[in-house]
Amino acid sequence: MELLRFATAGSVDDGKSTLIGRLLYDSKGIFEDQLESIERTSRDRGDEYTNLALLTDGLRAEREQGITIDVAYRYFATPKRKFIIADTPGHIQYTRNMVTGCSTADLALVLVDARNGIVEQSRRHAFIASLLRVPHLVVCVNKMDLVDWDQATFEAIKEEFRGWATKLDITDLTFIPISALQGDNVVHRSANMGWYEGPPLLHHLEEVFIASDRNLIDARFPVQYVIRPMSGDHHDYRGYAGTMAGGVLKPGDEVVVLPSGFSSTIEAIDTADGPVDEAFAPMAVTVRLADEIDISRGDMISRPHNRPQSGQDIEAMVCWMSEQTQLTPRAKYTIKHTTRSARAMVQGMHYRLDVNTLHRDHDVPALGLNEIGRVTLRTTAPLFFDDYRRNRDTGSFILIDETTNTTVAAGMILGASQ
Amino acid sequence: MDYELSHLKMLEAEAIHIIREVAAEFERPCLLFSGGKDSCVMLHVAMKAFWPAKPPFPIMHVDTGHNFDEVIAFRDQTVDRLGVRLIVASVQESIDAGRVVEETGPRASRNRLQTVTLLDAIEEHGFDAVFGGARRDEEKARAKERVYSFRDEFGQWDPKNQRPELWSLYNGRHRKGEHIRVFPLSNWTELDIWQYIETEQVLLPHIYYAHEREVFRRDGMLLALTPFIELLDDEELFTTTVRFRTIGDATCTGAVESSASTIEQVIAETAATRITERGATRADDRISEAGMEDRKREGYF
Repeated sequence: MELLRFATAGSVDDGKSTLIGRLLYDSKGIFEDQLESIERTSRDRGDEYTNLALLTDGLRAEREQGITIDVAYRYFATPKRKFIIADTPGHIQYTRNMVTGCSTADLALVLVDARNGIVEQSRRHAFIASLLRVPHLVVCVNKMDLVDWDQATFEAIKEEFRGWATKLDITDLTFIPISALQGDNVVHRSANMGWYEGPPLLHHLEEVFIASDRNLIDARFPVQYVIRPMSGDHHDYRGYAGTMAGGVLKPGDEVVVLPSGFSSTIEAIDTADGPVDEAFAPMAVTVRLADEIDISRGDMISRPHNRPQSGQDIEAMVCWMSEQTQLTPRAKYTIKHTTRSARAMVQGMHYRLDVNTLHRDHDVPALGLNEIGRVTLRTTAPLFFDDYRRNRDTGSFILIDETTNTTVAAGMILGASQ
Repeated sequence: MDYELSHLKMLEAEAIHIIREVAAEFERPCLLFSGGKDSCVMLHVAMKAFWPAKPPFPIMHVDTGHNFDEVIAFRDQTVDRLGVRLIVASVQESIDAGRVVEETGPRASRNRLQTVTLLDAIEEHGFDAVFGGARRDEEKARAKERVYSFRDEFGQWDPKNQRPELWSLYNGRHRKGEHIRVFPLSNWTELDIWQYIETEQVLLPHIYYAHEREVFRRDGMLLALTPFIELLDDEELFTTTVRFRTIGDATCTGAVESSASTIEQVIAETAATRITERGATRADDRISEAGMEDRKREGYF
């Protein structure tokens, strides 16, 4: 069975919680005691209907304030696939949370209220999904029951959204007219919208082709940990443990190790279940090489004729995630990229991007919470990277504030700085 | 070759990545092991992560003293079989030392006392990373917890002030005295755990499978007769066929009536069940809507 991770975005009014509740309930992802618990709480609070948002809003503060504070992860499965939902709140810290949810998602699901059409928030959600290179975007036009299941309304929203999406980098865009409240086109095909020829949402989630989303071309193996058993049975064993971050590696392959530049051949690729003939992302394996060369955590194994870029000057889009501080030129942070950490300084700030209009504001002194901008970073040690659009694993990084130790930024590499 | 991994292989690879990352970046990690199915799976994955070497960290059991005998025997056999180092942190010792005061009455439980014992042991041994087998599908407060969950010098969790967690880039930075709880099985569900146990033939204490036991009914749960629990006046003992869906302190872990005596039968039962494992069997979660959140804030698992 395959795993599909998807992120949802929308505010309370879009019916997002109702949609998730519907998906979980109709696929038996909600248990009876959970349902009883939220029915009881809804009654106690005097809600007119069972508030499915209570399923995900588990923290005391969320229940008290009736808001979703954080990304919540939900799980359900059908006989075809297992699903992990990163449910991101719409109102506060929307960008930070949606960036987080999208970073690991195969698919992003954006809700649009059929009565209101495309609003600022819909554009923002689509932009963030494209910035994070989520391979598949599904726009659910919800509350079709409130527009009399009108095809023209749906088509108009679809056209307008497509127009906006041409400015973005979206490879797969799907539109589904639904009524989360009544269940139309969520799990079961709608009897009210005979004009819609596509599949219901759950069917789409089960069938969308994700196998080709991975990079199987550029072999990348960031060394995570060196395994040396130091025991009688395996006295001379020396293996490089890590998670494949792209491409395919096989025993016998000629490889090059960065930063040393030494070449060797793969002797074997080990796992606790025995050696494997091929390793590809996201397999966690242990590579043994034919030659004894000095390799440690943070090194990168790749092919001699297909190496990642290497350098200390990097162009990147960053999303700022801290409430306490701002990103400013000359500021220094710890950068974590693959299994490598270094210090990084902001060399230049080029512009801040308005996530609603895509307007570039070149005259900004700093980036604040939830703001996205383009920067140049200088690192104390070389990083081995690819453009984020080519490889999400070797193209992403985080910045850590060295005084508070918190994660303050998410970064997507655009390329080496000239 | 189609270059596809099953969902179990993906979950295992993610957990191995997390465990190796911790081993590489922290000075003194330790893995919490209760003998429960999640910690058995976590230990199994940890063994695979460093093969052919052993995990470079000890395992720790927070022992409430209110145990099922089978689980303690299983714990000791596991340690022998795998050749890992075991540390036992004892709630009884915390009580004897006056660090905590035992609850009294028929509903007394040592569940909450464990937190003090756990935090004392973390401080005593200087652990900077502590692996736990908690899953996000277990409970709604856990659904919002990070894989790397930061704890301050008092061991507290602050759910409103968590570090963003992106891609597979984990931020383990902390000051001396602070630590990180690490949950490699965050994205697994109860069914995933059982399917993995079947695929990998992970050994579990026998009480996870159907067996005859003397039990009584309390608060809609079946509790086992143990020396640590007093019956109330209207409670009656009877013998029936049960199994446990979770294993915790014997005084607050309920059994479920079941005839599932093999892994396959447990999977079939788990796939068909309509009640969560904690809802069915854990008195400790029933304190209030936010019972788990409150205990976690104090430093609970």
